[in-house]
Order: sequence, then structure tokens, then C-alpha cells
Amino acid sequence: MGSKRPARREFLKSGAALASGFTLGAAAPAIGQTSASPAMIKGDKDYIAYGARSRFVTSVRIAHGGRPSPDAFGLVFHVAAPLQDSVGVITPSSLHFVGTTRGSYIPDIDPREHRLMIHGMVDRPLTFTMEDLKRLPSVTRLHFIECAGNRSSRRAKTVQETHGMTSCAEWTGVLLSVLLKECGLKGGASWFVAEGSEEVKGASSIPLAKGMDDCLVAYGMNGEALRPQQGFPLRLMVPGFEGIFHSKYLRRIKVVDRYYMNYNDYGHLDQDAKVAALDYQIGPKSVITFPSAGQQLPGKGFYEISGLAWSGGGAIKQVEVSTDGGKKWNKAEFKGTPQRMAHTRFAYQWNWDGKETELLSRCTDEIGQVQPSREQIAKYWNKPFDATFSVPGLDNSIQPWRIATDGSVTNGHA
Amino acid sequence: MGTRRVLPIAFAVLMGVPALAQGPTYGVGRTPSVEEIRAWDISIGPTGEELPPGRGTVKEGALVYRAKGCAGCHGATGIEGTSPNLKSKIPAGPNVELWDRGRILPLRAPFATTVWDYINRAMPLNREGTLTADEVYALTAFLLYINDVIPEETVLDAQSLPKVKMPIGDRYASLPEWKPRTPRLKGYPE
Repeated sequence: MGSKRPARREFLKSGAALASGFTLGAAAPAIGQTSASPAMIKGDKDYIAYGARSRFVTSVRIAHGGRPSPDAFGLVFHVAAPLQDSVGVITPSSLHFVGTTRGSYIPDIDPREHRLMIHGMVDRPLTFTMEDLKRLPSVTRLHFIECAGNRSSRRAKTVQETHGMTSCAEWTGVLLSVLLKECGLKGGASWFVAEGSEEVKGASSIPLAKGMDDCLVAYGMNGEALRPQQGFPLRLMVPGFEGIFHSKYLRRIKVVDRYYMNYNDYGHLDQDAKVAALDYQIGPKSVITFPSAGQQLPGKGFYEISGLAWSGGGAIKQVEVSTDGGKKWNKAEFKGTPQRMAHTRFAYQWNWDGKETELLSRCTDEIGQVQPSREQIAKYWNKPFDATFSVPGLDNSIQPWRIATDGSVTNGHA
Repeated sequence: MGTRRVLPIAFAVLMGVPALAQGPTYGVGRTPSVEEIRAWDISIGPTGEELPPGRGTVKEGALVYRAKGCAGCHGATGIEGTSPNLKSKIPAGPNVELWDRGRILPLRAPFATTVWDYINRAMPLNREGTLTADEVYALTAFLLYINDVIPEETVLDAQSLPKVKMPIGDRYASLPEWKPRTPRLKGYPE
């Protein structure tokens, strides 16, 4: 596909091709049309079969955390979504962030061969094919996934660098509770271990109460099959939990009676119970995506400030925006109805007076959790609030964007 | 009498695990054989009940460590590599807290089964799943030995491995009980 596209572009660039063939709208403009007609895209087989975006849209993902993806061996590590260009709440599948346990190749799974086995403390262990799963009652839900390493820093230059390891998609699949009931849970079962079929077969212990509440065995994403980078053909959704729990290439669920301390669990080992609690269900978080660091305001005047808010605790209940560095907080409006554990688009109408200022947003979720500032977090831990302070657990602190008089936007943490 | 009958149900609901003494609703899916489950089940829990037959010694582990190229990433003695250290650079001492001795899997893991599970599942890089059970027992023994967790003459197998006492004991945080629609940490960060 990629090799064919340049040929099409060359055709389009060639004025001769246009002139010699059909008059593609160039000759006699109808009333109300401008005389300068745009160049045309000639259909080709691939373009018809699976469309492509405009060549003028160049928004792309970037390697996250200082490690190249792909690296010299073709391994994929962490890749961040371009939130600065996002509109609405759905991250296109092509731009959804990617995380791998350690740099890894992406499994290339034939869905006809794929199986999900559920066993352990159940009355009837069962193995499901993809065909089996698609026969069962499905649900379709919007959910974000956020990597635990989605952390703002002083060095980050854009919202893609500070917050790009979160994304939101529409997921379709079978509720895990449906499958677990089909197997029948034994008394005393309290956890389950979810395992993928990638090279490390990463495994996580997850509370069975979460599994019975809202976990989803997903095969669909944004109206089509999952992408390989997102776990094709099957992934576990654990709404609101850190990204690593959303096991990709899901092949096995084992119902057990204790925390199993397997691969990913060891990575979560903490000394402090409070930090352990924060390394689990994601707290309320929001960020302004426009205007955000790296962008440039053309001048004073009207701007609709726009951003995203989400929480592992449920739906977003309120977002507030400050345009004066946090002195006054104004209620933002929602674009659409906030969904549980999903990105929510918020907006606030602002007239910039051309003076230097700082833009901030903070959110509250449906269970009353409020997004904190870094200063509040430092105070909670009884630590000095200075350059050395690092937010324990997943960083859900308020992100300031600094607006300079020349309209440039920079990271307020810098 | 009435209360007694209600309590177990209330308890089950609180634990988030409904009592499900019922048959399948949809009848979709196939029953895997016991052998199939055994072949797929590589989750080794703290009791070690899933451990396969096999055995390994510290000496054998030192040989496997060299033969399988572990040293290439982790260093000849477990500390010189670019991949995570497998031996603490900070010696134990009366005033040295285990948590300050580094993030060393065969030292910090709460269970020896975690070390076995990790190696079996995820090592060696790009050749995951190729080690035999004997080799994994041997590597586990070697790594526990170089961290002074077990003596040199220890033989590890399905019976002895889960009994290894890891130095961390219970000095690590267990995850809080998770309940739907509940704050992750009450009172945070006010």
C-alpha cells in the first residue's frame, strides 16, 4: 500500500495529467464556487479498500521515555499519542498509544488459531475460540487506557510528551462476568491472573470483584478488529486500572484465591501501602490539549480552550479551568455526556488579553475525587515542594501551560 | 437463625463474588482436558502447586547461567550488565534495610516461586519458553545463592522451592481490597 501511494501523489502533482484527461472541475465553475479548484485525489484500489487521511494531516505518534521505537532490532517500546491534535474523545486506532512490557516484537496472531482458556477455581474450565466469543452477548463501551508511566516532567516540551501515554477508544467484546458465570466460580475465589501470549506472557493478578464488575474481553476497537499493537485478536479491558492490567493477546484467565505475585505483580511491589494503592486504580486527571506547550497563539482575542479529563473512579463530574494561574477557577462545559472511565472532552471560552498568564485545568469525578496540584501532593507526603519532588504512584497532578506575551505556549513545570 | 442464613450470602456479596451454583447459560466453549490445562498453566503461585517435576542445584545453575548467555545482559556475576542487576551491590548488614539493597528480583521477591515463574516465563530474551524445568530450578537456585538467600548445597524442586524463606518476609504492602466506585486512597491528597 505504502509503495503505491507516492505514484498517486505524483499523478496529482502533475498538471499535465489533469489537463490532458477529464476536466476535473477546473474549467467552468458553477455559481458560488471559487475559480481556484483544489487538486484531486484519483482513486486507487487501496484508497478505495481502506481509506487514508489527507496528506496535509501529519499528526503522528512519537517514541516515549527516551527509548526509540522501533529500535535497531525492530522492537517496539512505548509510543505516545499526539493529544495536541486530538478532537472529540476517541483516539484513532492508528494513533492510540502503545506500551509493551519491555521492548518487544508485536505478535502476529492468526485469529483462527487463537484460544482463550478460563480455568482454576471454576466448576467448568472452558476454552473459547474467537468464533465462540463473537456468539456471546456483546457490549460496546468507551474506555481510556493510561500507562502508569504517563508522567509530566520539567523537560517535556509538548502535551504529547507530558500526557501522550493515555488514549480512549470504543471497545467491543464480552463482559468477563459473562464468561466467568459460564464457567461457574468456586467459593473462596478472590483474584484472577490474566495472561497474554506475547513473548514474556506478561501476567497480572486482578481482584475478582473487578472482573465481575466491568472487565471486558474485547475483540473490537473503534468499529473494527483490534490492531496488533493493541492486542489483536483479543485483549482484556480493566477499566480505570493502569494500562499494564489490560492484557493484550489474552490467552488465559486463571481464577485463584490469592495474589499470585507473577511477572507484572512483581513490578508493582511496593513498600508503602499508600503508594501501592496509588499504583492501581487511576486517579482523576485532566489536561488542556489546546492551547498546549509547543503551540503558538497568533494573537490576543477569542480562543476555545479544549482538553481531556478522565478518572479510574468513574465518570467525570466536573472540570474547572483557570486562565490566571489558579487564582480563579471557572466551570468548563462538556462536549457530550461523560462516560465511566473514558476521556471526556471539556471546553472553556476565553478571551486572551495578550498578557502573560498560565492555563490550568482540574477535574472531579463522580465519586468526589479531585485532581490535585503537585504542591498538594507534596504536602500530603510531607515532602518539600521543589524541583526534586516526584509524584508517588501514577502522576495525576494539575498541568500548567504558560502563555507568553508573544503567544508561545510552554510547560509550566519547566 | 435467620441472621445465620443471611450472613454467608452477605459476605459473598461483600467480597464481590456472587454465589454461582448454577449451570452454563449459553453452552458456548469447549472443555479443555486436564493435560491441556497443565500445558498452558505457567502461573506459579506462592504455594508452588503448579510447579512441574524437575530439580536443580546451585552449581548446575552457574553452568546454565553461562551456557544460556545470561551473562551477556546481566554480567558475569549478575551486576556488570546493561539489564537489571541480579545481585545486590549493597551487602547485608544489621542496619541495612532490604528495601535499600536495590530492586533485585532474587533478593526482593516475596516468594521463590516468583523468581521461578519470572525466569520460566520471560527468559532468556528472544528465546523465552525454551528453558527446561531443570534449568529453571537450577537458575533459581544459583540466583538465590548469590544473594545469600539459600546455602550452596540446596537442591530446588517442586517441594523445596515454595519452602524457601525470602528475606523480605511480609515487609511489603499488600494491595488494598478493591471495591467499585470507591476512591483509590481515601483522603488523598487532602
